[in-house]
Amino acid sequence: MADLVSAINAQRGYLMRVAQLQLRDRDLAEDVVQETLLAALEGEAKFAGKSSVKTWLTGILKHKIIDVIRKRQREPAMSTLMQEAEIDDLDVFFNENDKDHWESKPAEWRNPERDLEQRQFLEMMDFCLEKLPPNTARVFLFREVMELESDEICQELKITATNLWVILYRARMLLRKCLEQNWFAGASAHG
Amino acid sequence: MLKLSCKEASRLISQSMDQKLTLAQRAALRVHLSACDACTRFGAHLQHLRAAMRKYRE
Repeated sequence: MADLVSAINAQRGYLMRVAQLQLRDRDLAEDVVQETLLAALEGEAKFAGKSSVKTWLTGILKHKIIDVIRKRQREPAMSTLMQEAEIDDLDVFFNENDKDHWESKPAEWRNPERDLEQRQFLEMMDFCLEKLPPNTARVFLFREVMELESDEICQELKITATNLWVILYRARMLLRKCLEQNWFAGASAHG
Repeated sequence: MLKLSCKEASRLISQSMDQKLTLAQRAALRVHLSACDACTRFGAHLQHLRAAMRKYRE
């Protein structure tokens, strides 16, 4: 039991990172992480060991974040959601005069699998995730870290399937570009 | 479906990671990818992003 308690507490930093990326508010993030840790400690009997502690905590955090978002839905923080679901400004990645080909073609990424093992690469991911517009980051993390299905996200955020795919497309376009510019362009510098 | 531009193909590639594309969309995408290195790379990059996010959580 003591082991599980320390394993739970050891994930605090990771939970804070995810909560902050999703909520963009340090106090709120502290609150949801605190609640997540408490819920986990109170419910430790429920941890069946089928998944990792981290995955289990991610699942609890997901519910806490969804609760906060539900409460905040009418507040200004959500007001850019529909702007982020507009596809038109993503046209800048393509050249209209050239049959909508890439404005700047995706480059070859050398040894991307090896990078996943590097702490610096994950730090760069953090940097790029922080630069995403707030709702775009939130939706992307729901999809890729918390592995919510598309219809669940639409239901929680009250957006259409089209809104959702534009936001996820935006997230991927921006993240891909950020990593290419800041990591892969100087890949040789990382060995 | 008509011939895809890179803009349309990239959108479909992203969409395919969240939902099943229609038969016509898949066929059009396959044709485009067979002739387009840039979009093929784009698709690989998105798979890599997904792997990186899994790693983030592990």
